[in-house]
Amino acid sequence: MLELDDIQHIVLTRVPSLTGRYEFLSFRHAAAGREWLKALSDTVRSTAAVRASNDKDRRWVTVAFTCNGLRTLGVDEASLGTFPAEFVQGMAARAATLGDMGANHPDNWIDKTNSPDLHAIAILFARDAAERQRCQTEHEKLIAQIEGAEVLSALDVEALPFDYPRDHFGYRDRISQPVIEGSDEVPTPGSGGPFKPGEFILGYPDDDGVQHPLPQPEILSRHGSFIAYRRLEEHVGRFRDFLREHGETPEGQELVAAKLMGRWRSGAPLILAPEKDDSALAADPQRNNDFNYKREDPLGYAMPLGAHIRRMNPRDTAPGMNHRRMIRRGSTYGPLLPEGAPDDGMERGLAALVICASLIRQFEFAQNVWINDRNFHELGNERDPIIGNQDGTLEFKIPKRPIRKKITGLPAFTTVRGGAYFFLPGIRALKWLATNGTPQVDETIG
Amino acid sequence: MTSKTSEVVLEQLKKQDWAQPVFMTIPKGGTFPEIVEEGRYGPIFPKTACCYGFSIFAKVKPGKEEAFYEHAQNVQKQFDENPTMIEAFEPLKLHYLRWVLIPWKNEMFFMYQAVFDTDFDKYIEDIMPVFASGLEVSFVNLEGWPEDWRTNIPAQNKFFREHHCPAFMEYASYPFVSADEVRKALKLKAAFSTVLDQMQ
Repeated sequence: MLELDDIQHIVLTRVPSLTGRYEFLSFRHAAAGREWLKALSDTVRSTAAVRASNDKDRRWVTVAFTCNGLRTLGVDEASLGTFPAEFVQGMAARAATLGDMGANHPDNWIDKTNSPDLHAIAILFARDAAERQRCQTEHEKLIAQIEGAEVLSALDVEALPFDYPRDHFGYRDRISQPVIEGSDEVPTPGSGGPFKPGEFILGYPDDDGVQHPLPQPEILSRHGSFIAYRRLEEHVGRFRDFLREHGETPEGQELVAAKLMGRWRSGAPLILAPEKDDSALAADPQRNNDFNYKREDPLGYAMPLGAHIRRMNPRDTAPGMNHRRMIRRGSTYGPLLPEGAPDDGMERGLAALVICASLIRQFEFAQNVWINDRNFHELGNERDPIIGNQDGTLEFKIPKRPIRKKITGLPAFTTVRGGAYFFLPGIRALKWLATNGTPQVDETIG
Repeated sequence: MTSKTSEVVLEQLKKQDWAQPVFMTIPKGGTFPEIVEEGRYGPIFPKTACCYGFSIFAKVKPGKEEAFYEHAQNVQKQFDENPTMIEAFEPLKLHYLRWVLIPWKNEMFFMYQAVFDTDFDKYIEDIMPVFASGLEVSFVNLEGWPEDWRTNIPAQNKFFREHHCPAFMEYASYPFVSADEVRKALKLKAAFSTVLDQMQ
């Protein structure tokens, strides 16, 4: 039985927001962090509370902490030592494992998320820009009142102006989303699950029926999750140039885009629509995710073995898939680059929040094995064509009879601009952090 | 003899010169210091001419020698009775597995040698569903094997890392070639035979 009144809403609820803002915070001492959390705690709501009022709510707030953030709020070292090592180290320290090298390296991140001073993220989703502005102003006032609290950076996010979710490259987004058992949601055909809560939320059994030991103290960790935050810039001009270079006609360019992703930009999967786009299929959640690979397309003639969605969810061609799924929230950021317009040099991309119970087993596995393993599916010299670490020396193979097409020197269509690991406590844990912590700890940091 | 660096290894890998047998020395410790690939649980032991792999050496718990022979018989029986169980091994991308018992003075040691095409960390994670499929596990008779191994992947990974004795020299007749590639080549040979038969 899921304790919906204790689990932060972002894990189980997708809210009807069009805008939002992420603020990355630092606290010079425990009192500052606690005061901030106390002031904010009434706005951070559980799944049950949000479900009850989602139709009329105008904004939704989530807060989560880095390991240094928990430390600053007074969680003692012995307790932090029971948290997973990868969380304690943080995303920047795990760069080599994640493939964040070259342009993607944390040294090049632009939002101070690589700083040990990063302690918390406040995630705001709002119905419209006016509500976002109101909340932003309120939060600015709050921060100004708290001695020792500081906003390191912030990012406004915005849904692009289309009638379905899509990214800056034009691909339909949010098609495949895992559903948690007991959440009352029904998974769409092909999405797998419903998945055991322990795959995403601490304190519940996982897919093997195993309930992993909770980090200590339990009041802090129970009903919590981990978040991997990624700020991924999408190089739209470069992407469109690439399509023009490799597709002679508009139809040919669309096909190249589809081969890279594994879906037409409409969202129709190549397994079910191998020859031409199918907008009705794309928009039908009962059909647009209902496929497998092993029998349908073992050699990748429809969907290349290295296509983005074939890597990110290998379905029936990888073992233990139920231990690898992740919940993805987040949004696009930056202005839309109109079709046909030259690249304007503005940053635009995806600000993704990946939610899971184990960063090393889920998020890091996806990064390390599915996205950046050059020999995934025996491909030899490829990485994920959309979000893999591309340095211009790798290729992308499109199986085709009689002879496959091999694109060499694949450019990087995305660059990591920021990222961090956060622990997302339950509602009771937030109150514990705000009011209790471990008072015997010296509250002055540094 | 100078050790070949990871750069050279990668270069050889790119060339895919499977036709040229090679000798390869590997630095003490099993990794190339020039380029150390970070896995999720620590530095990955690199792909070498003989592909990825490990040689686990561990001490057998006193009096447990016979349990290994019984385990072998039971595994054979399990596969004979349920041939589809072998499919559970497919994700491991194995070339070979060898189980060896080594008597030394009055003690018994165990060597488990694997040659495979996925990386070290992934292999150890992927083997969990194989164990979960009901296959008996002989490692429980080894000293130091974590008691909570079924649920504690980091502890299991640590055991494998601590008991792995990496090779310092290898010879490969067809270097870097994966098991899938070998199977593809054999299938191709069979397909050509069929083509030639049809041409008669």
